[in-house]
Order: sequence, then C-alpha cells, then structure tokens
Amino acid sequence: MKNVLVVDDSPMIRRIAKKILEELNFKTFEAEDGQKALAAVNETMPDAILLDWNMPVMDGLEFLISLRQLPNGGSPKVLFCTTESDVKHITKAMQAGADEYIMKPFNKQIVKSKFEEVGLC
Amino acid sequence: MSQQAFSALQAFLLKSSGLSLDKEKKYLVEARLTPVIEQAGLSDLGELVIMIETDKALAKKVIEAMTVNETFFFRDRQPFEGFRSAILPELVKIRARQRKLRIWSAACSTGQEPYSLAMIIDEEARTMAGWTVDIIATDIAESVLKKAKDGVYTHFEAQRGLPAQHLVRYFAKRKDNWVINQNIRARVDFRQQNLMSDFSQLGQFDVIFCRNVLIYFAPDQKRDVLNRMAQRLAPDGFLVLGAAESVIGYSSEFKPHSDNRVILTRRAATSNHEAARGGASLEQARAAK
Repeated sequence: MKNVLVVDDSPMIRRIAKKILEELNFKTFEAEDGQKALAAVNETMPDAILLDWNMPVMDGLEFLISLRQLPNGGSPKVLFCTTESDVKHITKAMQAGADEYIMKPFNKQIVKSKFEEVGLC
Repeated sequence: MSQQAFSALQAFLLKSSGLSLDKEKKYLVEARLTPVIEQAGLSDLGELVIMIETDKALAKKVIEAMTVNETFFFRDRQPFEGFRSAILPELVKIRARQRKLRIWSAACSTGQEPYSLAMIIDEEARTMAGWTVDIIATDIAESVLKKAKDGVYTHFEAQRGLPAQHLVRYFAKRKDNWVINQNIRARVDFRQQNLMSDFSQLGQFDVIFCRNVLIYFAPDQKRDVLNRMAQRLAPDGFLVLGAAESVIGYSSEFKPHSDNRVILTRRAATSNHEAARGGASLEQARAAK
C-alpha cells in the first residue's frame, strides 16, 4: 500500500483528504505545516505528498524546495492542493518541482484523476 | 411512472435517437425528465409522451436530456495514448504525400474529447508541420455543442483528466472558469448530427472516435451506425471505441489494431498498416522526413 503525506493546516481538509485517499487505497499520515512535514519526511519518505500552499511557520512552496534538496527528496510525487488557482501559482509550483496541482475545492474524482496522472492510481 | 408511458418513451427514443432504454433505467428517466416535465407545466411522464408526438421543441428537449452523457479530458487515457503513439505515427507515414488528416469525434458532448485530440495534435506540431488536420466534432444535442464551442469549463471539469501542464498551456482563467485557448478551439469544427440520420455529408475520415455511445444503442442501430461509419472511414483509417464497446456481432468491417482492443482498423487495410508499422514511432517518422 502506497503512503501519502497530507500537509495542510486545516484539520477539516486533512480529514476529507484522508478519507478520499483511503478510499483510493492509500495509507496516509499528516502534518499541519511545512516544518512538521519536513520532520515527517525525514522519518519516512512517502510515495506522494498532498501539499497545501498557505500555511503558518513554513509554506508549501518553501517545503517543496527544501524537500527536493534532501537525499531521496526527489522521489515522492508532490501534488499541490490549494486555493491558489491561477496560472502564475501553478507555473511556479511546477517549476519548483511539483508533479501535479489540485485547486480547492476538490472532490474524489479530481483527486483520483490527479493521482492517476502521476502514476499512483 | 406507468408502464405504458415508459414503453412509449422507449419507442420514441429508439426511433428518434437510437437510444435503447431498458427497464432498469427508470431511475434515469425520473432524474433527467422530471425537470423537463416540470418546466413544461406537465404533471407526469404520461402527459409528456403525448405532448412530444406533436411538440417538436419539447421532443428535442427530451432527446437532449436523455442522451447527454458525462465526459472529461483525456477520458480513459488509453485511447489518447494509442492515438499519439500508434495512430498518428502510422498516419504520418501513410499520408506523407497528402499531409492531410480528417478526424471525427462522434457524440462529442461538451467537447472534451475533440479538444484533447486537438491538444495532442498541437503537441506533435514539430512532426506535423505543414499538415492540415481537420477535427470535426458532432453531437445530437445543441445545448452541449454550445458549451463545447464556447470552450468554457468549470473548476471541476478543468481538473478532471487534464494534467496541470496542459491546463496552464492551453487554458486561460476567466473568473472561476477556465477557457480553452483560441488556437485549440479553432482546430475543432463543431456540428449538430444525429447518428441515426445520414452522415455521409461529413465526408471521409482517417480516424473516427466513437466512444461510449454505441453501448446505449439497440443491436440493429449499432449494426447500422457501425456499417455506415465503415463507409465514412478511409480503407486504412482507424476507429476508436469506448472501453466497454466492441464490434463483435455487429460489424465484420473492422478488426483490432495490434493488441489494442479499442483501436480498430478496416479489414481490408492490412498491407498499408503493416508497411507503416514496423515499430513506427513519431521519432522515426521525424527522422524519415
């Protein structure tokens, strides 16, 4: 079973994402900001990361840049999942090494489609 | 819902659109026709089936409500990968002299299928420089064709099946929606067409995408549509069906193309395809030019 780290400061979003991902047969673990996510990936490098952009302490983009510099940090598929939904943000995320981009609000069909896109569904 | 009204609706839909409605689909009738019944100020399906005998506009609304089906960009992936990696390389070789392709997206609904094909053609622009590629997209329902022509998709539609790279490359954001770029929109010619009617005026095609529509047709209609499509398809052209569809038992005009179950070719065309294949790829086609 593949591992997905859900990084979002909203407990509600984490709960919804966790439910959808578990229905899609993923195992999930959670972090509430970029810094806690970095600590989490140092323990266990996941197969994929569902990543919010705007979070306190360390935002999603800073986390992604730090992640990609870690040994094995290139391996997880990173899917942004954010309310930032313009071409500028999407382009910036992809240039920083994101594999896919989900704009909130999302549903199961979108999550499934994006995980298929990165080859994990 | 009375059995009599349901039977009358079944007969009407079969005759007018080829749609074969089985008894288990009563829930679908209720879900899709309740708004039509209410909007027309009628009380039930019994009244509706009487009214559509004489009211053409209402009959059209019923056909549209019952035939519109969901779609999304690059739906099922495999047919589009097949189009890019098998169909296009072969046709680039076979049509090297004419440098012209005609593609038909039959029952295109809100346009995601023909636009997905147009995006692939755009991505292959380097190989296909100087080629003319016509994409004709048809549907029975004018309401979906209007949306398709507008090329405006909701937040949810724009994310389903569409990779983020394609979204930023081929769409612009307008308020909460995403609008397909003019260069992709201009590649597709949308037309209203009932597959039960004569479609010979559409001309001859090199590729026909007809996915997830034949499953709704009765066996006789399937035979008829497939055999008329065979006449519209070039002898060395390709027919692409939906994942749950097959020609077996309905038409002997087609055979599977290599091991890809949903991509079919005309039976008579083996030699051209074999000559074109031989590990054909767009890279090789590029090198051959």
